[in-house]
Amino acid sequence: MEDAGFIIGGYVLTFATVALMAWRYVRSGRKLGERVPDEEKYWL
Amino acid sequence: MTTTDPRPTSEPTDARPARRGTGTRGTRVVGIAAIIAMVWLVAFGLGFSPEDRDQRESVRLLYVHVPTIWLAYLAFVVTAIGSGMYLFTKKKSLGWDRLAGASAEIGTVFVAVTLVVGALWGRLTWGVFWQWDARLTTTALLFVTYVGYLAVRRLGGTHEQRARRSSVIGLIAVLEIPLVHWSVRLWRSLHQEATVLDTDGDVDMDGLMLFSLFVGVIAFSLLYVWLVMHRTRAMAMEDLLDDHGLDEALAARRAEDDTLSATPEPAVDPKGAS
Repeated sequence: MEDAGFIIGGYVLTFATVALMAWRYVRSGRKLGERVPDEEKYWL
Repeated sequence: MTTTDPRPTSEPTDARPARRGTGTRGTRVVGIAAIIAMVWLVAFGLGFSPEDRDQRESVRLLYVHVPTIWLAYLAFVVTAIGSGMYLFTKKKSLGWDRLAGASAEIGTVFVAVTLVVGALWGRLTWGVFWQWDARLTTTALLFVTYVGYLAVRRLGGTHEQRARRSSVIGLIAVLEIPLVHWSVRLWRSLHQEATVLDTDGDVDMDGLMLFSLFVGVIAFSLLYVWLVMHRTRAMAMEDLLDDHGLDEALAARRAEDDTLSATPEPAVDPKGAS
């Protein structure tokens, strides 16, 4: 595959960003969730 | 049937169940669907899809470049809807504002990804990473506008003040999307015109290429839904803790004032003072 570095680099960058965002959101949700009673969480 | 507590009796027993985060069955279903779609996207984007006659292998970058800007457009339109719903409904629910804020945050990240992946594609196709071309410049402007929107959300004040300020910006900023989309027609542009959503309705793409793009759009749409669900819930908890923090600080201050007013002042002996 020609120019594989650019193409794979583009995919790696995109999916690394997705993974990082997903990890940050879940982690912050869990941390905040520890401080808030379950009765206050409208989604439960 | 009886059960026994496996913990030693010397340990303190805490019957309170662990408090839960932002995940639910709904987020898990959407998350798994998004992961499956992403795997398909990689398989079709890097493997099964053929190379393009003109762009050759670089076309593979478009299977992530187009879905990421689609996600950003979707996110900014939802931001505008959330902003409008906050401003123009009687109830003025902060839930709409949080939806707008979460959506803008996600959209801004994915505009940045679009710009970087687009630069890689540009280097392969045009020979340069960046040109001050109409499409590229308007997209960069879109990114800066939403960074500004997020900065405004972080200014001080009450949640209602935050919501009012940012809703106005959210409604104005969305007007940039048609400008970005039509920039390739309004001005002479190096960037190619729309292949799928063009005005004549023709789709000038090979079937497998179109399918790969479609998988990408589905994957990133599911990802958006998953991210926005988690983020709006986290923002609701942030606001709640903010309110509780303020209440606690006020209560502590009142208690301090009450203690001071209840304590008799010590008698001062003018002679004894040195």
